[in-house]
Amino acid sequence: MTTAVLAPPPARERPSRSLGPRRAVGLVVLLAALAVATAASLAFGANPLPLGAVWDGLLAKDGTEASLIVWDLRIPRTVAGIVVGAAFGVAGALIQALTRNPLADPGILGVNAGAGFAVTLGVGVFGVASVSGYVWFAFVGAAFATGLVYLIGAAGGGGASPITLVLAGVALAAVLGGVQQFLTLIDPTTFDRLRSWGVGTIDSTSLADTLAVLPFLAVGLVVALALSGALNAVALGDDLATSLGTNILRTRVLGIVAVTLLAGGGTALTGGIGFVGLMVPHVVRWFTGPDQRWVIAYSAVAAPVLVLVADVVGRVLGRPGEIQVGIVTAVIGAPVLIALVRRQKASGL
Amino acid sequence: MSAVEPRTARVDFGYTTRTLRGGFFSFRLPVRVVAVSAALALVAAALGIVALTLGDYPLSVAEVVRTIGGGGERFHRLVVLEWRMPVVLAALVFGAVLGIGGAIFQSLTRNPLGSPDVIGFDAGSYTAVVVTILVLGTRDYWSLAGAAIVGGILTAVVVYVLAYRRGVQGFRLIIVGIGVSAMLGSVNSYLITRADLQDAMAVGFWGAGSITRVTWTSMVPVLVGFAVIVAASAALAPSLRRLELGDDAAVTQGTRVGLVRLALIVVGVATTALVTAAAGPLGFIALVAPQLARRLTRSPGVSLLAAAAMGATLLVSAHLISLVVASAYRPVPVGLITVCVGGLYLIWLLVREARRQATTS
Repeated sequence: MTTAVLAPPPARERPSRSLGPRRAVGLVVLLAALAVATAASLAFGANPLPLGAVWDGLLAKDGTEASLIVWDLRIPRTVAGIVVGAAFGVAGALIQALTRNPLADPGILGVNAGAGFAVTLGVGVFGVASVSGYVWFAFVGAAFATGLVYLIGAAGGGGASPITLVLAGVALAAVLGGVQQFLTLIDPTTFDRLRSWGVGTIDSTSLADTLAVLPFLAVGLVVALALSGALNAVALGDDLATSLGTNILRTRVLGIVAVTLLAGGGTALTGGIGFVGLMVPHVVRWFTGPDQRWVIAYSAVAAPVLVLVADVVGRVLGRPGEIQVGIVTAVIGAPVLIALVRRQKASGL
Repeated sequence: MSAVEPRTARVDFGYTTRTLRGGFFSFRLPVRVVAVSAALALVAAALGIVALTLGDYPLSVAEVVRTIGGGGERFHRLVVLEWRMPVVLAALVFGAVLGIGGAIFQSLTRNPLGSPDVIGFDAGSYTAVVVTILVLGTRDYWSLAGAAIVGGILTAVVVYVLAYRRGVQGFRLIIVGIGVSAMLGSVNSYLITRADLQDAMAVGFWGAGSITRVTWTSMVPVLVGFAVIVAASAALAPSLRRLELGDDAAVTQGTRVGLVRLALIVVGVATTALVTAAAGPLGFIALVAPQLARRLTRSPGVSLLAAAAMGATLLVSAHLISLVVASAYRPVPVGLITVCVGGLYLIWLLVREARRQATTS
């Protein structure tokens, strides 16, 4: 990986003087953007309420139509959007750093497909109906897919080419998706329950569901942030990282655990929102440079903005119905993927 | 061949000389290709006969053979010739067509992964059909076939243009194909979530790739299309072989590179469109068949004949598996079996390639 060698070492002296203030300001700007996106997500919907009514409904939980819409529909989905956005964004940043692959994304690499397959199995075969029940299936599926894709990458002696990993993920997703499709087609109930879930939605996610998965996502996020320093060393290559005192094996195992918790939990909650994990870390790197500590922190804030904006766009464009957020992110994200491969060199990791 | 042979002779008889000189090498090659293809065709036919015995009303192989030969009871004739034969024939024909399409694209892109299903033509055909069924509300065969062809060609053009950047590189073509497929897939999902359950499940079944609804009436246009594709690809096969030498060498041998390539792309897209219109996407046959055929024939390039025979064998095997699963459990669309088996094969191929690169570097 020639690009990896070019990445600057995790030194503090040089970059911090020039990049430090910029990074901090950027984070503040991002948080402001998140606040705006949250407000937009509360204000706009399939039901065009006037802003004043939204405000009143938000302040007074008095059982009027506006307050019901705000409290029972818009707040739960906004919270879900923030939570899963952070999960997928950080999972993407992590998996890109771990595989040193600029095209990596939990969706593209089949991790979401693994979780989705396991959930379908849980719903269709074992009759699990609640999120807190099938989140465990999602973890097992995500862990299986992450491990498998990683092994395929490792078969090439540590440096599998981006295309190999992407193809392995696509093939894995095709196989799992095929079996999953079979399971849903033989049973109309499962088909109906999962057909909108599989697209990636946050519209039917209840606050209780989000809270049930939140602890796992929080652990994943903390592990990711804790690992970020070690990931900077991993970017230098295994040999150099070891000589710098990084425990490569531990970093990888913990990284896979974090990806599993984040992508698996996010998929259990929403059915998998694709391309968020691909786009956000790339855009974020333009501002932060290659330092993983900042990339991961930025991704955790920037990805929810993307998810909320995509969700609002889907609601407004899809009137009187709505377009699921996973569809909007795929329509935005696929061109980003194409642009990335069209560039001479993908962003260095 | 001696070094003193005049240069003009080599240019004029470029292709024949190769065969002549071959006595040893190039003559042995076609023999092996033909032998392997014939053996595969026999296997496919045998599997087809076994498939004719399976179903709600099981028959013995002897009964099936007798019925095909013109004898047998009236009911057996109905079951074997009217009900099961078109489906088995469809498996053989679609498999062969997909094998040809895969071989053409893998040869054109010079990449074993450059098959129509990976590059995203399937997704384009599928989206066009979903739109036709759900938005225009028609399920007429010719409308679906037309939609599949238009959708496939449009997607092919879009993928090609997006992947073009001072030439088309295999890697870029594939990733662009994946991206475009992802977008089209999300459009499909959107349309499916908005449709009512009945329509959505019909499309879902169609999208899984199923050949069980094929009848003799719907096989007629397919067989015509098959004949055209076979004739066209037989005519283009020598040019395809020359293109594999590289554009410059092909030009010196008298190949009109641009024209031939365009014709090959048209034939390749037609293969996908033909199958997608009649059966829905049958993934991975086009990817796997040429590669397995190449391994068996031990030829340097991808042979169209062997790829067709291998495709037929693979799809009829998948059909057989789906019949066995159906009798043991529930009916499975054959496309799901090809996707699962083909996907596992692709993963295995990638692991192997990665291993080999690791050992050589």
